[in-house]
Amino acid sequence: MEIRHFFSLRKVRAEAAFKRTLLITSIVMIVIALGIFLTLLVHSMPSIKALGLKYLWGKTWDPVSNIYGGLPFLLGTLLTSFLALIISVPFSYAIAIYLGEYKTTGWLSGFLKNIVELVAAVPSVIYGFWALVVLVPIVRTIETKFGVAPYGVGIFTASLVLAIMIIPYAASLGRELIRLTPSALKEGAYSLGATRYEVLKNITLPYTKSGLFAGLLLSLGRALGETMAVTMVIGNSNMLPANIFAPSNTMASVIANEFTEADRTVYLSALIELGLLLFLVTVVINIIGKAVIKRFTNE
Amino acid sequence: MWKSRAFEALIILFAFLITLPLFAIIYYVVKTGIAQINWNFLTNIPQPVGELGGGIANALVGSILIVLIATAIAVPLGILCGIYLSENSNSKISYWSRLAVDILQGTPSIVIGIVIYFWVVKPRGGFSALSGSIALAIMMLPIIIRSTEENLKLIPSSLKEAGLALGLPYQKVILRIIIPCGFSGILSGIMLAVARVAGETAPLLFTAFGNPYLSTNLLKPMQSLPLLIFNYATSPYDEWHQLAWGASTILLIWVLLLNISTKLITRKWKVQL
Repeated sequence: MEIRHFFSLRKVRAEAAFKRTLLITSIVMIVIALGIFLTLLVHSMPSIKALGLKYLWGKTWDPVSNIYGGLPFLLGTLLTSFLALIISVPFSYAIAIYLGEYKTTGWLSGFLKNIVELVAAVPSVIYGFWALVVLVPIVRTIETKFGVAPYGVGIFTASLVLAIMIIPYAASLGRELIRLTPSALKEGAYSLGATRYEVLKNITLPYTKSGLFAGLLLSLGRALGETMAVTMVIGNSNMLPANIFAPSNTMASVIANEFTEADRTVYLSALIELGLLLFLVTVVINIIGKAVIKRFTNE
Repeated sequence: MWKSRAFEALIILFAFLITLPLFAIIYYVVKTGIAQINWNFLTNIPQPVGELGGGIANALVGSILIVLIATAIAVPLGILCGIYLSENSNSKISYWSRLAVDILQGTPSIVIGIVIYFWVVKPRGGFSALSGSIALAIMMLPIIIRSTEENLKLIPSSLKEAGLALGLPYQKVILRIIIPCGFSGILSGIMLAVARVAGETAPLLFTAFGNPYLSTNLLKPMQSLPLLIFNYATSPYDEWHQLAWGASTILLIWVLLLNISTKLITRKWKVQL
């Protein structure tokens, strides 16, 4: 009797221990996410205290004379990301519409789907290297034709690479959502004599509008945080960019370039503050994007 | 009607244009890199500038070690958390944990590099391969957790109930019934996570840091393929560019093969329920 009691108690204990382990691992995730935020916040405190809000619109970044202004990097990040987004939209939506509406099955759509996934899989450092060797000379010839200073590297080149890299995110999400369009709606339109184009324009796209917007947000989040490919082709200039062909720096690329060289507390802290900003912006964009998708799929 | 046709043609044109850059990149990298790859390239360490020969043995060994350790950290944590989320999908902890996983997924990789610098590198007083592994593990977690959760949710609860009704303890039901049923999905999540971090450079810049020599000491700086490519590609020397092309070829083949085999495996091992 006592031995049986002992065994069952051990079983209960093992069960409880297992359940507790599961609980702890999921709490660990919360701790890591909070920890990332707090670590960034604590270590950017010296810069927040010393520079305050004017850090965000300071135009000069000159660590040698202890002047830190983040505006060139904010502008560089916004310009490259939005330019990349604009370039990528026709392509990602075309893929989403093709795979979601025109050809949902068959080897050709399977092929395109795999291609899109492989585009997402290529490491960003390889995109950067390829762009540095192949894309930069091409952009340089374009720049000579337009009569701007032919650096080759710069915001435009970085946006081109980024555009390729972020197409898969909006494309695969858009495809999923376009497929969710109720077929009753589409069939109704077809039975009234609408052409495929009219169904797409008047039924499918309006229906999936918010979902497609969420796809854009997720792509934007990717573009903002992308580091290596951008660092390799943006030209690493800390001046305010004069036009979209000028060399510049993004928040991520300036961190990658200068973090290990930052010898002063305020210098290091100013870089971390850029990291904090980047973290907050991408988190907010991602959460909004996911919320929109969730609302869309629940409807 | 012509409008509809024209629109379809336009969509097809734009959709398939994506194949151009992908094939251009694969073609260019492999064409330039494949000439570099031979036995010496795989077994030697890089030579100083001006000397011929030299290879990427240090980066190859480093990459494999760093990714292996990262996988060893991320897999158990990720699977356990995924189990919790699929088992307790409505609890308050699950809500916050899911949010945390979303945040981790969206966090730029360079930010994870900064944070691990303060969590591991600075307290230990130096760059180390282990800190690089921890950074990569954090990047792997969201992918593994999400794929585990999604796959376990698909398993009918009757299987679990049958196990419990037979008097099996909870952990055995999970580990012996539920996990094996969702195995192919979990495995594909793990492989995709490995493929994603194998090419990551940014989180390693301030953690594993890189090392021109062959090192297997996890507590010392270590080279990895993406770090080597970044450092040598941005250097002005032609010999180093050649080395970087060879390394890119190997990294590209590694990552693409992982992605393709993930597909094949999940198709073959899919458990029919």
